[in-house]
Amino acid sequence: MQLKRVVVTGLGALTPIGNSIEAYWEGLVNGKSGAAPITYYDTEKHKTKFACEVKNFDIEQFMDRKESRRLDKFSQYAIAASDEAIKDAGITDTNVNKARVGVIWGAGIGGLETFQEEVLNYAKGDGTPKFNPFFIPKMIADIAPAHISMRNGFMGPNYTTVSACASSANALIDAFNYIRLGMCDVIISGGSEAAVTIAGMGGFNSMHALSTRNDSPETASRPFDATRDGFVLGEGAGALVLEEYEHAKARGAKIYCEIGGGGLSSDAYHLTAPHPEGVGVIAVMQNTLRDAGMQPTDVDHINTHGTSTPLGDVAELKAISAVFGDHAKTLNINSTKSMTGHLLGAAGAIEAIAVILAMQHGIVPPTINHEVVDENIDPSLNLTLNKAQKREIKVAMSNTFGFGGHNACVLFKKIDA
Amino acid sequence: MSDIASRVKAIIVDKLGVDENEVVSEASFTNDLGADSLDTVELIMEFEKEFDIQIPDDQAENISTVGQAISYIEEAKK
Repeated sequence: MQLKRVVVTGLGALTPIGNSIEAYWEGLVNGKSGAAPITYYDTEKHKTKFACEVKNFDIEQFMDRKESRRLDKFSQYAIAASDEAIKDAGITDTNVNKARVGVIWGAGIGGLETFQEEVLNYAKGDGTPKFNPFFIPKMIADIAPAHISMRNGFMGPNYTTVSACASSANALIDAFNYIRLGMCDVIISGGSEAAVTIAGMGGFNSMHALSTRNDSPETASRPFDATRDGFVLGEGAGALVLEEYEHAKARGAKIYCEIGGGGLSSDAYHLTAPHPEGVGVIAVMQNTLRDAGMQPTDVDHINTHGTSTPLGDVAELKAISAVFGDHAKTLNINSTKSMTGHLLGAAGAIEAIAVILAMQHGIVPPTINHEVVDENIDPSLNLTLNKAQKREIKVAMSNTFGFGGHNACVLFKKIDA
Repeated sequence: MSDIASRVKAIIVDKLGVDENEVVSEASFTNDLGADSLDTVELIMEFEKEFDIQIPDDQAENISTVGQAISYIEEAKK
């Protein structure tokens, strides 16, 4: 069976550094930080008092107040990003067969705030279980793609992938597979997360996963810097319209790039710590190159998982050196999490978008906040530190790794590459 | 309008996002005010909270209009 080609025809983003694709790209190339003191709740007793929140988001620009109350923020963000992507792709009621349009979404957690509020509310009572009837259908992680399908009438495959911080890369790979197998014409993919809550911050804080640089939030996410002290939690959504190539051509769609391949692997090692030899991370990049039928020397750019944690950043760069050998020195490597923070289940989506926009503009966004050289990092690697760099990109990869040892990597290539 | 009636109507306006003028005594939550099965359960819970009463499920099933809700609560608060 001849596999079909899969291209990206639409993008949408709601991020801590910009609420549209245009604003997101502006933020990325200019090295803008999305981190600031948390505004959602009183942080006085919290170890980490800042995060990368989405700013100035008004769900009532998308739906009325009554409907919006049925959606946790992670679903509201999904609606905003998918609306933009679907419009960008030029999909209408008449130019697709909606029975062959799916929605495959990523979310690491789902409606954490809804869960937190409902349980707190229960705890205030006398033990009688009184839960809002919208509690479950707001909280469950699969509900974001359900809302996207109900809003647009898309009746193809519809579900959420859950693999922590790799979730939306898993979603992209599943979407890629369904289309290349000929089972769908179009799939709205991506992911969303809204975990900047008391429980989310408290939980990650107790794992010692978060930066506690409270005196300087905007410089706290500093991947590859020797003084990095943990990730900065972010929130938001990214949406990508994946489409079968001939279908896209036939309707005259704008094509951003082609999806060249996807790879998956598992560390089979520890709940949260990266494998010391990076075997799973090496495997996921090799699997991706094999799937794409490419050599390491074909790749120009890697957007790393690079969360700004002491162990993870070094392990990933060592794995890149192991896979790419001498060619690693010619790659443009970056971590856009230095600007957006870590969007957990939405990270794979917004970073895939960062890669695609970098390819489109011929500019690699920077890894900001780098001040102190880490002696454990090979100095010959180009980590695109502090300033964007011009670079023609024909092939690029986006890495994501989730707690639990889930690794996923997606390779994008110029349509003529 | 009684105090109970005005509080009931305020809850309905808030939860169902409808105009106050639509919330008349004979209006049905599902047929006239756009509520679905989940909205109806939520309304009953809000009435319980607002008026500090318990509405058992078998009786909640008989409350489908604005007027029925007001009558039930007025009776319960006597």
